Order: sequence, then C-alpha cells, then structure tokens
Amino acid sequence: MSMLEFKKVKPDSLGTFGRNTQFRRELWWRIPLHLILIIGAGLMLLPFFWMFATSFKPPTEVVAWPPNFIPENPTLGNYGKVFELMPFARYFFNSLVITLTCMGTICLTSSLAGYIFAIFKFPGINIIFIIILATAIVPFETYMIPLYLLMKEFKAIDTYQGLMAPNLIMSFGIFFMRQNYIAFLPEELLDAARIDGAGEWKIYWRIVLPLSSSALAALAIYAFISVWGAFIWPLLITNSSDMKTVELALAGFQTAYTVEYGPLMAGSVICLLPILIIFILLRRQIIESVAITGMK
Amino acid sequence: MARSFSSRKEGPAHLGGSTLQRQKLLFVFVGLTPILLIYGVVRIWPIIRTFSLSLFDSDLVKPEAKFVGFQNYTDLLSDDSFKTAFINTSLFALGTVVASLTLGLALALILTQFIRRSGIYQLVYFLPFVMPIVPVAIVWRWIYDPSYGLLNLFLSWFGIPKQAFLLYPETGLWAIVAMNVWKVVGYNMVILIVGIRNIPLLYSEAAAIDGAGRFGVLRYITVPLLKPVILFVLVVTTIGAYNVFTSVYVMTQSTTASGNDIKILVGEIVLNGFRYSKMGYASSEAVILFVVVMLLTLIQFRFVRSDT
Repeated sequence: MSMLEFKKVKPDSLGTFGRNTQFRRELWWRIPLHLILIIGAGLMLLPFFWMFATSFKPPTEVVAWPPNFIPENPTLGNYGKVFELMPFARYFFNSLVITLTCMGTICLTSSLAGYIFAIFKFPGINIIFIIILATAIVPFETYMIPLYLLMKEFKAIDTYQGLMAPNLIMSFGIFFMRQNYIAFLPEELLDAARIDGAGEWKIYWRIVLPLSSSALAALAIYAFISVWGAFIWPLLITNSSDMKTVELALAGFQTAYTVEYGPLMAGSVICLLPILIIFILLRRQIIESVAITGMK
Repeated sequence: MARSFSSRKEGPAHLGGSTLQRQKLLFVFVGLTPILLIYGVVRIWPIIRTFSLSLFDSDLVKPEAKFVGFQNYTDLLSDDSFKTAFINTSLFALGTVVASLTLGLALALILTQFIRRSGIYQLVYFLPFVMPIVPVAIVWRWIYDPSYGLLNLFLSWFGIPKQAFLLYPETGLWAIVAMNVWKVVGYNMVILIVGIRNIPLLYSEAAAIDGAGRFGVLRYITVPLLKPVILFVLVVTTIGAYNVFTSVYVMTQSTTASGNDIKILVGEIVLNGFRYSKMGYASSEAVILFVVVMLLTLIQFRFVRSDT
C-alpha cells in the first residue's frame, strides 16, 4: 500500500515547493526507516516476550531445541510452582511493604523539604539545600559500607527498617519538589491563608500538598520504580530467607543446582508486573516527567 | 499530628509580623529537623565515614582496628583484581556510552526529523529503562544460555555453532554491555528528543533558506546545538555504567568458569567489604569510585558552562 502511495506522490512533488511537498518527497525515505524502527522495536520487546512465553511453557518445552516461540501446550503450572518452591508470596509482600512505605516517606519528606527550601527564607537554609544538592550525586555504592555498619549498630540488619533506611529520603525528590513549588506555588495564596488565620501546617496540608498533587504523583511513580528495582542493598542487609525481596529471591533461585527456567520466568513476570501495569497506565506521564527532569 | 499543630495556631486573625515570622520559623524548624536528621544519618554521615574508613585496616570485629594512613590506596596500586576491575568497568562504561549514545542520537534524530507520530516508538524503546534490573538480567541470561538460548538459535540460522557467551570475562563483559545498551538507550533517546525539540525552529529554517539540505541542517545546526544535552546524556550514562553491579552479579553468578568471573568495581567493593570483611580496603575502592563520578560531574559542569 505504501508503495502505491509513493508512486502517486512522487511526480507531483517534483513540480511544487513548500513544506508539504518536501515531506511527501521524503516518503520513500520513511518506509525503510519505519522498517528499521519496527525491527528495533521488536528487539526491544523480544526479551519481555521471551520471558512471558517461557513462563507458560511446560518443563519439556522449556528445554526444547530449537525452542518454540509460542508455547505449544501453554500451562499455568510454572506460576503455581514458584509459590511451591519458595515462599514467594512472602517475598512479594516484603517488596510491597518496603516499596510502598518508602514511596510514602519519599513523597512526604520531599514535598515538605522542597516546600521549605522553595518558600521560606531564613539564614542558613540555602546552605543546607546546597549540601543536599552536593551529596545527591554521590552514588549509593560508595557509601553503602558505612551505612551497613551503622545499621549493624542500630541492630537493623535483617529488618524492614534496615531495608528501608537508604530509601526513606531521596535528594532528587527534594530538588524536584522544590523546583515545582518555585514554579507553580502562588505565594499570595499562602499569604492570604495566613491572613485568614490558617497555621503553617494547615497551609501545607490543605493548600500546598493538594496543589502539587501531579508532581507528587510523578515522584511517587519514580520512587516506586526505583525502590521496587533495588537489589544491592537488600542483598547486603538481609540474612534470613524471611526478609528477602522478590528481586533477591529470584537472583538466589537461579543459582540453585538445577535452574528451572519455567518457574524462574514466571517469578520474573510477577516481579515485572507491577511496573509494567504502572507503565502501561501512565506511560505518557512517565516519559514526560523523565523528559522534563532528566530523572534517572 | 499536622492537625493538632494547626488547630493550636488558629489564634488571632490580626497577626503581627513578628508572630508570623516566629510561626514560620517554628514550622521550618519542626518540619526540617526530622528530615535533616534522617538525611544526616543515612547519607551524610556514611559518606564522611567512607573517607575516614579508607584510612583504616579493618578486622572482623572492628572496622577501625588500625590506622594505616594511605596504605590501602598504595595497596590498590598493586592489586591485580582491582586493576582488572577498574579496566573492566571502564570498558563497560565506554562500550555502553558509545553504543547507547550513537543509537540514542540516531533514534532521536529519526523520530524528530523524519517520522510523524513517533509516540509508539518512543514508548517501546523506553520500556526497558523503567523495568527492574533483576528479572531483566535473568531473562537475558536465559537468552544467552549456551544450550537453549535464543541468541544461539539466531546464530544457528547462520550456521554458527552454540556459544557460551557468559562463560568467559572477555565475551561476557560485552554480552552484558549489549544488555545494558538495550536497557538505557530509550532514556538517552527521550532526553535527546527533548533537547532537539528545545532548539528554536528559527535556526534550522534560516539554514534551510541559506540552502542547507536536511542533512546539512542536522550536521551544522541540530547536532552542534545539541552538544550540552549530548554531554549530559554522556555523563549520566557513564556514571550509571561505572556503578554497574546487579546485571553482572545476576548474569554471571555461578555460570562463569571458576576464578574467571567478571571483575567490576562495585563487585570488588562488595567482595572485599562483605566477604573478606576488609571494610577499610573496600572503602578506599569506594573512594576511587567516588572520585571517578566526581570528575565526570565536574567535566559536565565545566563544558556546559563554557558552552552557554
């Protein structure tokens, strides 16, 4: 169909000028480009497809050679098996508790600190903010040893508190919310509320927080994605099987003597699913907020 | 808690300036103190202690068992594992940056200059970036599997025999680079697309009037004006690559030939600090990582400033 269009368009485009013609003249360019982009998109999706496909294959099909792309006898058996082979529900619960709590504290601390840094001018506040900004670029991997030692002193090894500690606060979140308040929070509104006799906490709770709900939502998504995907800290801070996160359990499961890729893929799908659902529902907002802030 | 605070404050409507100021100060104090306390405990103090710890020789019981000055750093120089790790990590970063930046830039240019309605492509290419690394690394390990892997299936179509990609560090490192490029290319693309969209149309139109073709505009207008954004992407990707750990850990754990594992910086920190309890020594490695990241950030600031 596109070839037909191409033939129809070309002669006419040679005779005229203007943007539209230029665009049409390039039509033949765009067909191979689309082809390349589609192949590339296929490569981007292939690992996910392969994960889903394998998770529905019975054991004999998992190790078939050459492998089938679509399972011939699709089964849900692998999904049942993940929960049999390990306390997967417990791991999922752990991940969920940690992620949701950290998401909550990150949103709360980021918005409160961001609001204070954006609006309140007291001596010293700027210096504090600059310190936070400067430490924001220090990668977690460089200071995890002292943090681990500290958790040991606090007797927080192998506890939820220990697992959550580094993610209670996010310097990027503070920075992000501060920018948001500077740009969008009308100070007259705050002054008006003060004249009406509202206290500072009430102003924060009833005016500032609701006004920044979309920025908070973006931050919440970002926090959820980053805490859910955490690996190195849970690896260090947990000893007992009870405190494992989904990520940790999956990574440990694959080093068992005989790796069963069927259940392993099923577990991976379950681990991926919350993020996938969030991404599908909020795809536009996620890409836009990454684009605006460069968050990583 | 917030409620009780506010109700107490609902006093006189005609507040004097100083009362208001005092209320604000109280709010700032009460609001900021717990946050700064947490921040100090989980971030600032550990960062400081990384530096001090790197000057000590640790034993199993006491991290600061014996002050050794810069001994750990001089030991690093003669530590072959560390050297290999540093080279490997740098290669990993180099490979990731070159490939993901080239591909990301190509994608960004194609999607903004040649294709209308690029939204669906953006979504698909961006998808791997938000996905958690562990399940992603697991499925890539399965793709690279020597006996049943998808990649070996593709290669078999061209008559290439089965390969064990992850078995040796020489090939394994690049196999993981390929996965990492797949994961971060969408992020680079999105940031570069924003950069391109922020270039005023005026410039390219002026160049077009002066007779520049489409590729001329790309080469002499778009890409040069995009330089600060390219630099940002470059630095962010490099920093991310220097911190690589999870993908290497998940993909090579117990698959590599024994004693042949892929050494990387963070892997060395974890190994020395937590397996061998050499926390001081591991801290000195962490400081090196910190210095690398710092230098990269400074380079970025410098160039961005001189450009604008």
